[in-house]
Amino acid sequence: MGGLVPGISTFAAPIDRLFMAVLIVTGVAFVLVEGILITFLVRYRHRKDRRATFIHGNRTVEATWTIVPGLMLFGLAIFQYGTWRQAKIAFPDDSGAQLVGVSANQFEWNATYPGADGRLGTADDLAAPINILHFPVGVPVIIELQSTDVIHSFFIPVLRVKQDAVPGRPVRLWFEATQSGQHELACAELCGLGHYRMRGQVTLEDPASFEAWLAELAERQAGG
Amino acid sequence: MSGTTELSFIRRYVFSTDHKVIGRQFLFTALAFFTLGGTLAMLMRTQLAWPWQEIPVIGKLLYGNSGNILAPEAYPALVTMHGTIMIFFFIIPILSGALGNFLIPLMIGARDMAFPRLNLLSYWLMVPAFLVMLSSFFVATGTAAAGWTSYVPLSALRDMIPGSEAGQTLWVISLMLVGTSSLMGAINYITTIVMLRAPGMDMFRLPMTIWALFVTAILVTFATPVLTAALILLLLDRSIGTLFFTVGAGGQAILWQHLFWFYSHPAVYIMILPAMGIASDVISTFSRKPLFGYKPMVYAIMAIAGLGFIVWGHHMFISGMNPLLGMTFMTSTMMIALPSAIKTFNWLGTLWRGDLHLTAPMLNALAFVSTFVIGGLSGVYTAATPVDIFLHDTYWIVGHIHYVLFGGSVFGVFAAVQYWFPKMFGRLMNDSWGKIHFVLTFVSFNLVFIPMFILGAYGMPRRIADPYQYEMFASLQGLNQFMTFSLYVLALTQVFFFVNVFYSLVRGKAASSNPWQANTLEWTVSSPPPHENFHKVPTVYRGPYEYSSPLVAEDWLPQDRFVDGARPPSVPERPYPAASPASD
Amino acid sequence: MSRRETGLLVVLGVALALAGCGGGPEPPAPSEGDQEAPQTGTTGSGTISGVINFSGTAAENEPILMDAEPICAEQYPDGAVQETVVANSNATLQNVFVYVKGGLPDREWPVSSEGVLLDQSGCRYHPHVLGIQAGQTLIIRNSDGILHNIHPMPVNNRPFNLGQPVEMDSEKSFTTPEVMIPVECDVHDWMLGYIGVLSHPFFAVSGSDGSFSISGLPAGDYVVEAWHELYGTQTLSVSVAEGGTEQIEFSYAGS
Repeated sequence: MGGLVPGISTFAAPIDRLFMAVLIVTGVAFVLVEGILITFLVRYRHRKDRRATFIHGNRTVEATWTIVPGLMLFGLAIFQYGTWRQAKIAFPDDSGAQLVGVSANQFEWNATYPGADGRLGTADDLAAPINILHFPVGVPVIIELQSTDVIHSFFIPVLRVKQDAVPGRPVRLWFEATQSGQHELACAELCGLGHYRMRGQVTLEDPASFEAWLAELAERQAGG
Repeated sequence: MSGTTELSFIRRYVFSTDHKVIGRQFLFTALAFFTLGGTLAMLMRTQLAWPWQEIPVIGKLLYGNSGNILAPEAYPALVTMHGTIMIFFFIIPILSGALGNFLIPLMIGARDMAFPRLNLLSYWLMVPAFLVMLSSFFVATGTAAAGWTSYVPLSALRDMIPGSEAGQTLWVISLMLVGTSSLMGAINYITTIVMLRAPGMDMFRLPMTIWALFVTAILVTFATPVLTAALILLLLDRSIGTLFFTVGAGGQAILWQHLFWFYSHPAVYIMILPAMGIASDVISTFSRKPLFGYKPMVYAIMAIAGLGFIVWGHHMFISGMNPLLGMTFMTSTMMIALPSAIKTFNWLGTLWRGDLHLTAPMLNALAFVSTFVIGGLSGVYTAATPVDIFLHDTYWIVGHIHYVLFGGSVFGVFAAVQYWFPKMFGRLMNDSWGKIHFVLTFVSFNLVFIPMFILGAYGMPRRIADPYQYEMFASLQGLNQFMTFSLYVLALTQVFFFVNVFYSLVRGKAASSNPWQANTLEWTVSSPPPHENFHKVPTVYRGPYEYSSPLVAEDWLPQDRFVDGARPPSVPERPYPAASPASD
Repeated sequence: MSRRETGLLVVLGVALALAGCGGGPEPPAPSEGDQEAPQTGTTGSGTISGVINFSGTAAENEPILMDAEPICAEQYPDGAVQETVVANSNATLQNVFVYVKGGLPDREWPVSSEGVLLDQSGCRYHPHVLGIQAGQTLIIRNSDGILHNIHPMPVNNRPFNLGQPVEMDSEKSFTTPEVMIPVECDVHDWMLGYIGVLSHPFFAVSGSDGSFSISGLPAGDYVVEAWHELYGTQTLSVSVAEGGTEQIEFSYAGS
């Protein structure tokens, strides 16, 4: 998918590489299997003078095509533990990261940013307008994701992140963007009649611009 | 079994305990639901091609209340009912209900199922299930609309989407009836296969169709009750205020997913295994060659079923489930590709140096293999959890499931129907029409579903009524329109199949008992078989795939034919009580 | 049955079937403008009219951040605010729902064939408060052309939830009197409206000059209630003579 949707997070390279690896393995398998199938269809079509070969199997061949794919599949599995750990298990430290609270509900994304105290869930938190989210580039961003009604799913394709927002079960996800730009956040879990339009507008910007935007939010909130 | 006393029309054709009649009943009702499910798909794809446009003719008929256009609450309802109907009212009934019922006693040499009245019940329990599900189309708030996966809280809380009012309750009740029917059938099949095989029909002389149906029945037995339990919990939450899935009161939304997928993952194997068995039989018959690797094929089916119980979490990688479980489920999911790969290689091995007759059933069986491979390979991407972060809930999955379900199961169904039609109805289907249907279906099917992988690679999510609201997907409308046109062609093409079926029922060429010169026991009796199947219980001397055997001049050798001289060395001598060679 | 009768029955059946198909009967013309109940077909000729006074400082209306919806945001160059308290320049209060709560004779009141319009425009409900008779057609219009869903939260009536993805009209009605039904849009959380459903046509909503008028009343002693979404309800008793006009005033006070 790297060719179709450029990845602009630190996850993008390992995930796209893994996709490529699977593409190569499955591509070879596909060409081989379908190629052999078509070849056999042509080569062994019914001809009056031929009788099929009376054979029930072959232990060696059977063992080979059991063990080799088996090892390849198992190898593929092990190969990707690291990337999964990185994305979902090994979170960066809170201290070096930008915390953002995202609350999903029909049909909007509500982003909350820590205020001056640097902590989420306190009185000085800054609330972004509905469906507007900003994230700094080059800094790990940790999102505390939750839902207030049904299951939604936080999906930003260019960042290679997706996480279900489950009511009653706050969950964290993280990413580090590598490029600025305007992108979209899609809801990726059927959540009602407005599911198709639960669209967030994501701005990825350098830390200075990000801070400036937070300051604007603070001003607006103070009643400016 | 009583002698041929005259039964009333009702007892012979409506409330029959004859597995053949019940099998045919399942067949026609399943085919009817195939058309309904397909119609729903066409409506969905029309919306995806031209969102919110007035649909000609149908718009006024069905959507007059929302300005002749599909309303945003109607699209998820379509998606839900398409999936539900295709899975529970088409594929499972036609493979297990129709073919399982019709073929099991005939292929194992029995006169009927072990429990004929339970069999009758299992079909007639489907009728209230149909009626309840169909009635949900007529309630004011519409059908269930939370997806066939029915995730809570969307399906538990009535005001989250209109379909979660009465429609969802009806959906739950209907599926509870379907589950009960399935379970009855499964118990019957297992008992029949274990206890009623003809003398000489060892387990390892069973045709692959029977092995597949047998293992499928075991899957049904162990998995379906879990779904039924989940449905009961959901029904109680929705009706009497229990809190199983209610967040904030100690309930868990993810609990539903675990219970649902614990059934629904084995369910996908319930949907593919019979087709695999059928493919093995059809390919072997029309290659005039023994199935390559019979025992490995049997073990592969068992491995698929066994592993199938420990992979359900791969539907939940992104759900909020502990990510460590992601690693275990990913490993087991990777490994489950292996037995399917082994089966694919063995089918190729069967074709190798065969004598291939490309009849319509054979072509469909080959289409099964080629498209199932694509379906299976596309699953490897989503099994890779980091890649699944991107692909989960996108059109990649929709492409994957349709390649294994349509490419796999449905081509398997087309092969099976055309192969066993003569046995069921005493007439041949038209093979030329079958070939035309095959070519058009194969081409248009691929044109509809291959682009889904492209859409998925763009990240286009599923169940979205208007993807072009997103700038990032706006460029995909053209491709979606192409897919929609291809679907119209695919749908129209099925007319060839249905006309072939119904025309052949009345005007098809009369079929002999064994038009395909096949080896298995059902071909040793007349087409259609007499009520008691076998006048004399057959004795089985060999496996089902002894095609082109050096023992005889013909290129086929039925399982019940006694041949002087050497037995194939892999089959040991079995002493049977004074049974004379079963020659007719 | 004679041939003629059979023929008539067939024609009738076909006609009924055709009537059932398609989009249904022609939609009634919406009654535009500020809320005065049509009050047609009533036998009385008495009127209750008056004004909703407002003193003190109005509670501040919360600002609405429409950044993510430019089509609507650009309609409010000075920024949009909620319509919780709309105080008029002449010390009166807008959007107060005034209705006859008691004292009406126990009879069926004819329902107007005109529909009542609820328009979603600029991501707000117009009108913010409306009254409708049970059984009367509510015409829900999407003038914005973006997805709105109209999601009333009734207690006595059947709830519904309609999505309108494009510019379009939909029709609904309520069966049971209920004061008041909040109406929400799930796509635009800030959207809030109120619908009062009554079995009779004797209601009005105070306008931009704070005034209201309920006419067509038979002579009698009535209890009239005023309802405001923030400041609550007040009641007054009024006697109306045939052909007479009674003036009443409600007074609300801000903080």
